[in-house]
Parts: sequence; C-alpha cells; structure tokens
Amino acid sequence: MGPEAEFRQLVTRRELLGRASQGIGAVALASLLAQDGMTASSGHDSPPGILGVPHGVPRAKRVIYILHNGAPSQVDLFDHKPGLKKMRGEPLPESVRQGQRLTTMTANQKQLALLPAIAPFRQHGDCGMWLSDFLPHTASIADDICLVKSMHTEAINHAPGITFFLTGAQQPGRPSFGAWLSYGLGSANDELPTYCVMTSLDREASCGQIFYDWYWGSGFLPSRHQGVKFRSNGDPVLYISDPPGMSRKFRRGLLDDLARLNELRHDTVGDPEITTRIGQYEMAYKMQASVPQLTDVNTEPQHILDLYGSDVTRRGSFAYNCLLARRLAEKGVRFIQLMHAGWDQHSNLPTQLKIQCQDTDQPAAALVKDLKQRGLLDDTLVIWGAEFGRTVFCQGDMDNAKVHGRDHHPRNFCIWMTGGGIRGGMVYGDTDDFSYNIIQQPVHVHDWQATALHLLGIDHERLTFRFQGRDFRLTDVHGQVVSDLIA
Amino acid sequence: MSGYILTNRIKKDRVIVSHGTAWSPWWCWALCQVRALCQGNGLLVTALIFGMTFGMTSTLGVVTCSGQDGVDFAREIRPILSNYCFECHGPDRAARQADLRLDVSAGLFAEAESGVIPVVPGQPDQSELLLRVTSDDIDQRMPPAEAGRVLDVDQVLLLRRWIQQGAIWQQHWSWKSPVRPQLPTVSDSDWPAGAIDCFVLARLDGEKQIHSPPAVMETLIRRVTYDLTGLPPSLNQLDRVLQDPSPDAYTKEVDRLLATPRVGEHLAWAWLDAARYGDTNGYQGDLTRTMWPWREWVIDAINANLPFDQFTTEQLAGDLLENATVDQQIASGFHRNVPLNGEGGRIAEESRVEYVVDRVETTATVWMGLTAGCARCHDHKYDSLTQREFYQLFAYFNNIDESGNVDSGGNAKPVMKVPVKEKMYQVQTVQRQLEKQEAKLADLSANTDSQDAQQWEQQLLAGQQMEPLWGGWKFLGPILADSVGHGHNKQYGPETVGDASLGYRDRIWEDKYWPDGKAVVMPLVPSSVGYAYRQVRVSIPTSVEVTVGADNAVRLWVNGIEVLEKITSGGANTEQEKITLELQIGVHDVLMKISNRAGTGGFYFETTLQGLLPEIKKILSTPKVQRTEDQEQRFTELYWQSVPELQDLTYQIRRLQGRLQQLQKETHVETMVMRERVEPRETYLLVRGRYDHLDKSEKLSPEVPATLPAIPEGAAKNRLGLARWLMAKEHPLTARVAVNRYWQALFGTGLVATSEDFGSRGEQPSHPDLLDWLATEYVRLHWDRKALLRKLVTTRTYGQDSGATSESFKLDPKNRLLGRGPRFRLPVQVLRDQALAMSGLLVETIGGPSVKPYQPKGIWAEFSFGKIQYTNDSGPNLFRRTLYTFWRRSAGPANIFDNSDRQVCSVRPRRTNTPLQALVLLNDKTYVEAARMLAQRILNLEVETSKERLVIAFRIATARRPTTTEQAALDRCLERSRGYFQEHPAAVEQLLAVGQARSDIRLDRVELASYASVMNVILNLDETVTRE
Repeated sequence: MGPEAEFRQLVTRRELLGRASQGIGAVALASLLAQDGMTASSGHDSPPGILGVPHGVPRAKRVIYILHNGAPSQVDLFDHKPGLKKMRGEPLPESVRQGQRLTTMTANQKQLALLPAIAPFRQHGDCGMWLSDFLPHTASIADDICLVKSMHTEAINHAPGITFFLTGAQQPGRPSFGAWLSYGLGSANDELPTYCVMTSLDREASCGQIFYDWYWGSGFLPSRHQGVKFRSNGDPVLYISDPPGMSRKFRRGLLDDLARLNELRHDTVGDPEITTRIGQYEMAYKMQASVPQLTDVNTEPQHILDLYGSDVTRRGSFAYNCLLARRLAEKGVRFIQLMHAGWDQHSNLPTQLKIQCQDTDQPAAALVKDLKQRGLLDDTLVIWGAEFGRTVFCQGDMDNAKVHGRDHHPRNFCIWMTGGGIRGGMVYGDTDDFSYNIIQQPVHVHDWQATALHLLGIDHERLTFRFQGRDFRLTDVHGQVVSDLIA
Repeated sequence: MSGYILTNRIKKDRVIVSHGTAWSPWWCWALCQVRALCQGNGLLVTALIFGMTFGMTSTLGVVTCSGQDGVDFAREIRPILSNYCFECHGPDRAARQADLRLDVSAGLFAEAESGVIPVVPGQPDQSELLLRVTSDDIDQRMPPAEAGRVLDVDQVLLLRRWIQQGAIWQQHWSWKSPVRPQLPTVSDSDWPAGAIDCFVLARLDGEKQIHSPPAVMETLIRRVTYDLTGLPPSLNQLDRVLQDPSPDAYTKEVDRLLATPRVGEHLAWAWLDAARYGDTNGYQGDLTRTMWPWREWVIDAINANLPFDQFTTEQLAGDLLENATVDQQIASGFHRNVPLNGEGGRIAEESRVEYVVDRVETTATVWMGLTAGCARCHDHKYDSLTQREFYQLFAYFNNIDESGNVDSGGNAKPVMKVPVKEKMYQVQTVQRQLEKQEAKLADLSANTDSQDAQQWEQQLLAGQQMEPLWGGWKFLGPILADSVGHGHNKQYGPETVGDASLGYRDRIWEDKYWPDGKAVVMPLVPSSVGYAYRQVRVSIPTSVEVTVGADNAVRLWVNGIEVLEKITSGGANTEQEKITLELQIGVHDVLMKISNRAGTGGFYFETTLQGLLPEIKKILSTPKVQRTEDQEQRFTELYWQSVPELQDLTYQIRRLQGRLQQLQKETHVETMVMRERVEPRETYLLVRGRYDHLDKSEKLSPEVPATLPAIPEGAAKNRLGLARWLMAKEHPLTARVAVNRYWQALFGTGLVATSEDFGSRGEQPSHPDLLDWLATEYVRLHWDRKALLRKLVTTRTYGQDSGATSESFKLDPKNRLLGRGPRFRLPVQVLRDQALAMSGLLVETIGGPSVKPYQPKGIWAEFSFGKIQYTNDSGPNLFRRTLYTFWRRSAGPANIFDNSDRQVCSVRPRRTNTPLQALVLLNDKTYVEAARMLAQRILNLEVETSKERLVIAFRIATARRPTTTEQAALDRCLERSRGYFQEHPAAVEQLLAVGQARSDIRLDRVELASYASVMNVILNLDETVTRE
C-alpha cells in the first residue's frame, strides 16, 4: 500500500469535527468501520479485508465449523461395512494394512483383530444415506448434507492433526482458518469479533486433549485476526465486564472523557493512530453490550430450545454452543468454530461413543434445521468433522467390551458439510471393505481447505501473506478444489 | 488492476522523467506495454497522463534510488528477479525449469540450453530475459500466465536500463560483508551529532524532506527511560534532569539509566521472544519445566554488559567451553527452550528431529536473519541455501544427548542441578545465626556446674523425668483454597517461615483446647486449610509414637522438617497413620496442616511414650567405669542439655537446623542444558524433511553454507565453532541483523523492516549505508551492547519531536525516512509494568522462578477441562515485572496481547490496535487495582487542591503538565466520578475491593473511588500507552 492509500484509510481531523455531534467515539468508530467496508458510504478504495472484492462469486458468507476433537470413529458412525460382521476377531489382512505406520499405542500389539461397527446402520432420506443408529437426528438431515467418506490426512496424533486442519501445518505457528478469513474478507459486523470460538467437553470429561489457543491463533497475521474465545465460565469473553461498581452509564461518561483527552492529543501530535484508538475503545464499549445479550439464550422461544435438546440452557454444553453459533451467524460473524472433545476412544468405545452421540447428534442437526428455517443455510457453510478417523481393528482386549476401543487412523475418515453451496444428499468418495484404505476420490485436508475457501469466493492460491520471505497460504503449496461437492 | 497501482507507477516514472535519463524512444514502448498489460483499458492511459501532469513524490518505505547514479543491481534488480523468476529459475534444483538459473551470474550471462543468452550487457534488445518478460506471445511471456504475476512497467524499465548500463551483477546485498561507508555530505552540517545523523539527513535531503525539531526534554527523558529500562521515569528523576542546567544533562541521564539493572530485565524480553522461552513444554500435558535459571542468566549477562560475541558463544555452546562454569552451562539452555511433545503415542525420534530443526531455524533467524526453514524439505527457492546445507547446519545440533522424550520430570535430559541464588543466600544467613547460637551454647556449657550429674542419672534410671510435656494447640485458619489438593500443596507461610508466631494475612493464631486421643473438629469451611501448632518439651532423648488421622489431608512438620504427608478420603479416624518421633532434649515445634475438602474437617492426634532412645538406654545400662570416652562425652552433653537455661538455646539451635535442612533441599533446581553425546549421532539429509526418510547415500558433517564465509581457521566442527563463525568479523549477517534489532526496538521499525528475513525476499534496508556503518561500528566497539545503545539514543535522529503535521504523516506514514521522532504504542509487558510502577505497586526483585499474578478465574481450567488450575500468588509476587510471569504455552497469560506466543522464535514486534486490548486495559484487575493505588498515592501527597493532584497524576503518566483544556477535561472527569460515587455508596466499596493491595483506611472512600476512576482514564490515555 502506498502512502496515499494508507492516508486515505486514516481518519482526518476534519471528518471528526464535521460529525462531532454523534460523539467523538462514535465518529471514530464509524470511520474505522468504513475502512472495513461495512458502511454504505465506504468507497471502493476502502477494501473490506485485504482482498477487497472476493476472487469469485461467494456461495457462503460465513462458516460454522464443528470440530470433534479426538476423532469419532467413522467405522461406527458413517462408513458402513456390512462384511465386517462375519469377520469379527479375525486379524486385519496384511494386504490391507500394507505396513502403514501405527501409533506407539498399538505398534506393539500382538494382533490387529477386526472389530465391526458396534451399532446397526440404516438408510435414510431420499438419498438413501447409510448412517449408524447412534445418529438418528443426523439421519433426519441426510438429504441436506454431503458426506465425504474419503478424507485423509498426514498427522497421526491429535494436536498436530487438529493444527493441520485448522492451519494447514502440523506444527503450531501458522494462522488458523478463521484468521485467514478475517484477514481476507474483513469484518461483517460492528459489535462482535469476526472470528468466534467455543469449546465443550463430553459429559464424562474422559479425555486428556487440550484446547490449545493456537487452534484459533493468528500465527504471523496481525493479532487482531485471532479468534475470540467464548468461555463457559465467568465472563463470556475475557475482560468484557466493567470493574465492580462501575455502571454502564458511568463507564460511558468516562469513555467520553477519555475520547476528549485523546482527541486533544491528536490535535497536537497529529498521529492518526490516536483516532484509531478512540474508535477501538468505542467498539469495545459496544461489544460489552452485545456479548452478554448474545450469550443469554433464555430469550429464545421454547420450541427453539426444544429443537436443540435439554442440554441447551447449560452454558458451555455442546447444545448451548450450537445455539450460540446460530445467533452469531445471524449477527454476521464470519467464522464460528465449535470444538467438542471426548472422542478419543482407545479403551472406552462401546460405552463412550453412544453417550457422545446422544450429546451431539441432536444439537448439530438442530443447528442445520434452525439455519435452514431462517434462510441462513443458503449462505452459511456448516462443517462437521475431526482431525482423523479410527482403526477398524480393536485396540485392547477384543473380548472385553468395557476396556477396548480403536486407535488413530489418518488414512481415511468421514466429514459432512452442508449449506453455503454444498450439494446435499450426497456421499462422496469410497473406501475398501475394511474402511482402511481409500479406493475412490480421495480428499486431502488441503483439498478440503481449498474447497471451503472456494465456496467463500476465495482462490486458495491467492490469499497469501508474506512472512520470512515466503508467501504463505492456508493450503501450503497444495490443494485442489473438489468441484463435485459443489451444487 | 486498480487505479491506485497505476498512480503509483506513474509517480516513479515521473522521477525518471525529471532526471532526464530515458525519455523516449522506449518511453513510448513502455506506454504500449502498459496498454498490453492492462488489456487496453482506456481509463488507465488517462490516469497516466494525469500522473505526468501533476507530479508527486516518490514512494517511501521501500528504497527507490533511481536516478543519476544508475541502476543498483542489488537493491533494484535482484528483488525483481527474486520475486518473479527464482521460483522456477533459482537455487532450488528440483524446481528449476529449463536448467536456467538466474540467481547466479553464470546463469544470467551465459548461453542457455536453448542457445539464447538471458542478459547481454549493454544490449537490451538481444537479452532474452527482457524479450521474454515483454513478449506478447502468451506462450513466450514470463512469468507464465499460471503464475498469476506480471512485471509492471517500471520494473521492465528498470531491467532495461540496468542492461543498457552494462548489467553489473552483484551478490545479494546482505550476503556481502559490510564495508564501513564514507560519510555522505549533507545539507546542514550543524545538525548531525555524529555519523548516524549524517546518513539519516542525507536520505532526507535526497527525498527533499526535512528533519523535525528536537523533542522537549520531558518527552525525551520519558522516551529514553522506557526504551532502556521498560519503566516510566519517576517524577524525582524527571525533575532532577530538568533542573540540571549542564549541557550534558541528557547524556548523564542515559549513562545513569544504562547502569541500572532494569536494563537487563527490559532487554531480556525480546531475547525471550527470540528464544521461545516458556515455563511449560507445550503440547499435550504441557508439563512445567524449569528454565528460569536460563532467564536469570540472560538478565545478569545483559546487566554485566557481556559482549555480544561472548554472549552468543555461551548461549549456543556454553557447555562446550573449556572448564565450563555452571553459569556457562545454564546459558547453553538457549536451545533447550524448544517446546517438548510428550503426547502419548508420539514417536520420540520424530520429536527429536523437530527439536533439532527448530534449533537450526532459530539460530538462522536470530543471528543471520535467514529463513532456513524453507530448506528443510527442498533447496531454498530464493536464497542460496541448499537442502544439503540445511542438514549440514542440522548436524551441529544433532548430537545433543537427548531422546525426544520428556524424561526428567517436566524437563528432558540433559539436565543439571544448578544453585538457586536467593536460597543460597538464605542458607548463608541461617548458617551464620546457627554458628552464633552454637558458640553461645558452647560458652554456657563450659560454665555449667556438673556436680548434679550423678543425681540426674539416678533419676533417669528410676524412670523419672521421661514423660514429654505437650503444650496446648494453637490454630490458624481457615484459609480458602481452590481444592483440597491445591490447599495441601500450597505454602501459606507457616511451613516456610518456620516461625509459628507469624499469622497469615489477617488470620492470627488462636489457643484451642483440643484433647489428644479424640477426633477433633476444626473450624474449617469446605475447600480450606487450617494449621495447628503446639510444642513439646523433652527432658531426655525419648521416642514417641504419634497416631494421626486427618479429614481430608494432613502434613506434619517437626522442627520444620516434614515427617508426614497424606491425603485421605474419609473422616479423621484413629489408627490412620502412625509415626515414631525421636525427640532430643529440648523444646520441639509440631506443626500440622489439615486440608478440608467439604463438610467439616479435623484431625485425630494421640501420643504414646516409647521410652528412652536405644542409644541412651545403652549408655545408662553401662556402668560408668566401663563407658567409652564417646559415651561419657555424650552423657555429659545430655546432662548439659537438661539444664533449663540451656534448653532454650538448644531449642533455638534445633529450629535453625530444621530450617537449614529444609533450605538445603531448595538450594538447587534442575534445569535443561546442552550436552553432547559421547557416541556421535550420524547425520543424513532427510528426504522431504521426514524424520524417517534418511538419505543414506551420504553422511553429512557440520558445515556452513557455501555462499557465506568459511569456518575460521582452527575453529572446531561443533557448536563452539559455529558460534565463532557467526561472530567472525567478515560474517556479513550477524552484526547487521543484531544492530537492526536494536534499531527496531528504539525506532519501532528496523532499517530492514523484515528483521527476521535479510534474504532476497526480505525488505531492502531503508538506509543501507547506515546499516553497514552501524554493523561495522558494533564490531569496532567489540560487541559492546550498552555502548551501541548509548550511541543510538544520543543521536539527533532519536531525539526528534515525534509529533507531526497531517502532511508529514501523509508523506511518510511509517516514518521510514526518520524525519520525525518515533511514536508507537508501548509493548504489552511495558504497559503492565508501567501501571505497577506508577501506582507504586511494582516489586523490583530481580530473577528467580516465575510468578503467578492475577488472571481471570478459571483461565487454565477452561482449556484443560479442569485438570490444570491457575491460582494466583499472593503478596509481592503479584507485582513483579511481567518478565517473570509464568508462561504456559498452551494458554499464555490472558492479559498479554500482541506478543509472540512463545511457540517458535519471534524477532519482530507486533503492534495492533483492537477493542479486546481496550477491554484489558480498562477492566483487568491488574489495571483497576493499579488505578486505585495510583489514586491513593496522589491522595496521600501533601498538596492542597484536586487540580494539583490531577496535574501530578498526569505527569506521572505522561511526564508533562496538562494544558488548560486537558486540565478542564480531567476536572470534569473527577466531578463526574464524585457525582456518581456520592450517589452510589455500594459502588464505592465494590470498586475499592478490587485487588489484594490494601486501601489506606484514613482516606475518604468516595474520594478514593472517584480518583481511582480518573486514574483508570489516565492509564488508558493514548499518550500514556504510547512512547512519544
């Protein structure tokens, strides 16, 4: 950016004075927002985000990404392999395994015995999608979703796997998807962050995975693009509450005094950064009002609460987060990231998987239905997935259902997507009879990222940021848009 | 293509035109190119003419040295080739197309495979390169269409002129050793205070810009105090300098500041970011490690002004120095700061390789501004670093005696025990006290009459005088804890102080009549701890069996030494724990701590005399004549101790001994250091960077990249040799990269803005000659850090006023020409430190383990599913400098923003401006408490009016007096606050209750709350958070 353009983005003193009747803070904020292309008055020279206009026609304006931390078993939920039933307990044929690496948790196991799905499968919807009986609510939206059975990744452990999905690299340090989107497209609302994150946990708090804050980090992008975590305890957003004893009205007065003093300083030193600061304090004030309103789900009518299930009023539950995701989508938040832990079922699959499905199946399906009935699904891309899948063979004692489970399996796993230009009622890709190898239409993590960006109107090769001499992008140096997934 | 880009082009073209170098005939050709490139967009041509008519200044930021001097290959041509050509025709062999290489002169000027010559000096029309980038033929044109990049017209013009002028080729600027440049002539020879100012002024002259007037002294003192110490100037300091009439008042102050230990603390921060320092390992589990001794070393080394070459040697290879001291080994921990992955199922070798890669990348970034990471998987695409060379660098760090596992508690081997200075000091103090008391005892003993000894022996034999005398219990509590385990493990004072007379905060010891041998209910609430304390007096060494039961956890100390530690699940029962105490003559302290989970809590305590200690029994049962000399001496000693006057002394001695024993356990901690394996590990190139894809065709040994100078004669092929090589005078990068970071710290942006990348894709220096002058100067100063800093902050350039007209901001928004003083927001750690300093809360202890100041409730529980709890410290640890804040990698401190997350090496500061930052500064407990304490501070001043108070507060924050209008705004703010709090008495108490620091009870509560609110505003002023 040259000095002229840079200067045009800065608010001049004259503009401030001309609109001072609205209050200094409000004017400064309006000017900031104009920079982000959010007001009608903004000219074409004030791009919303770095891209200005998107590369292509966007099918989706926002993303809701449900990331099931720990890797739900595709064998038990999505990838129907009826032939396994007869082979229960038999070793995984070497011709299938082909010497692939295992984690150190099963690498020394004597036998890799096949464990068929623990619940029956049935066909659903007009499309006849096979789904486990553990997912009755997902079954009810079968015709809306596109099930990709041929996802594959490079990571074999959780943190690197999740980091790979979110940032395109296994090591922490690169910007996450939402940060890229904020950087590329800018903000679409003036009272909430562009990128919001919520986390929840299985009822039994069974797993040890941690929600690292780099999962929503901005990496080398400016830190204003990082995700804002909505918390399940205390303040919904950190530091959103005024200090005890300060009323909103009193705070308003103090902020006016602050803006006045800052404005006086701007008169003397002329640094446009001061005006930006005045605007940011104003936006902070607005956020303080809108966040508590947003997180109070009691204003929802009963039939909506019922749609999401009984857990919906418990703050921090997956159901609550799903409802909050819809409310954030309505407000124009660009990237909403829901992470739910507790799927790492190495030794408790038969007990834990069912509970997890009970807790997550209804809310996720409700979110899709709720978006749909409001007309929001058309331009909201909803993604349901995890960092990898689980092995078809049993980990632990085959004969003791109380303590066995499945190990990590990056070679194939399932995700589903809907809305925002995705073709519903479709199954894409296929695996062998053991759900162990992809036999058709593989989709790599980078392909998935490229496709999601494409739906948002972004060419994944052209949303880049130069850092340490290299033009980085979400898809690293790979990625092909999977156009078959697009309606 | 936007209109803006074109305008920009035209501006540069204007420069060319005005210099008259190349107007026509190929100007017309260039115009055609514009049309061709823009596919005949008529609008653009209009814009072109517009631009030519109304000339504008040249682009700032990136250097544009077009004009009289001819085209500079290194600064103008190489970046074009690098950005547009190197990807397919550069250093990366695997990606190279048509076997054409344009990053070396041989490739540029020799006949290519196809028979054409890319560049024919003096002959633009015969140079294939130029023909290709301007070709109309889509199949011929370079870069190819799919690359999505097109050279713009002035780039083409530059290339053409460069070829016309003879196509002089040079090495990339930063890979040539810096040569001390001649001082340029300047328009105003009075202005420069030295060489640095000359270079700056020359550049301003060249752009027809002017420098700014000097900043006022208040501003300058504030600026330099922040820059050197990270803290605000005190009013005393400020007034002293302002009242000093001598011309060197400023430089004297600089020298004084440079001598304070605050410098080491402040400069250490950036080094910690570069070294990716953290207090935990990161990844799953995120265990706590002990690397703070390394941090302490950094602070001390900077304060001692250890020259940067020696500093480097010890950071990279302190362990390899001959007879390496403990400190030098600690220093080598620089590269042990890498995050460690202890995730279950993880392959250790995969982790280990990641650590070694990280070390190569970090070393390259910190010392050479080199982006080595690219070459992990393939040859570097833009800079001369092959994949093979990457693994030769890798070999330097591949022989550490580490497994890839987290195998020594939270640390990973190699580790070493290192002394904790503070504890060592305490040991010395206690030892001195002990010696004194022992001397007294010896003195007294010598004068004690021993005639009653026999009678005493008779009593003992008769079984008298044996029953210990137990004193009554005292109770301290309840003290609230987060959980039973937390309360059980946290030290609240009694167990560390070893002095039961001290209470805990507002709690004091109360007498309790608790019976032995019965379950006692203590006055505890759920999740709390209580202490019980009693003494026992023993007249002859006896053993006593103690039975203890606890609800729910117990710790028991006798004379400061822990003898029991247990967490139970049920209530307090008899027979839970039995321990036998061997008690010598004298008074003994018995301290018990009970942690309660829920409901009521308490304990069971009973003692049973077991009789004399066997040793004593044996002496007594031996007839006096048959006793050995030792036995006789022991007997006399025992007798002496039984004398009441001596008992108090022995009691004192015993307590000191207990304290000493406890302290001696704490005098050393284990920290991670570098250590080489005895059996060297073999190094191979890793195909695609994969840990398990070794290219066994060639064994690699430590070596440095071929484009850089060779390893100095006689230097070892290990990390020590690597350090020597980096610090060699002819190394082109080390000094430049180092001085650039200092420049960045003082001026907000480095002379090379991309301080992490000096390669061909990095930004060109804004002042190349100045950078080289500084680099050679740093070497000339023998890498004396403080001398260099002194030089920088005493320049005219540094001392300029940072205010500017809108016009000036318009011309040079980022101040790359340095025509005004640097003005930017203070780094986040300085924001917190200044709030603590201004409020008087700052605790200035240097070094030591990390501390836990305020964080929002549940901050760690949230991400770890409640498995890890954050409990802030209390007392002084809340108010230490931010440098000492415990850094958990999986969730860094919540009120730290715009900082490296300490996962990977980071050398460039971030500076953004967001609403979330505003929320921290407005609402975080740290800042609200600081506002209250700053209010208290000024309310306690002996001044008459509120006006005066506000002036002082404003000065504390900004170093200057408010103007009349500002004063009016502050007054209004105070009136607003008073009005509010007078009407809301409950709000007063709520606001004043924030934070642990106590409010002065003599102050009027409404006034205090009102001032606290105004201080909250003052601490949030743009000027307060900005270093002007």
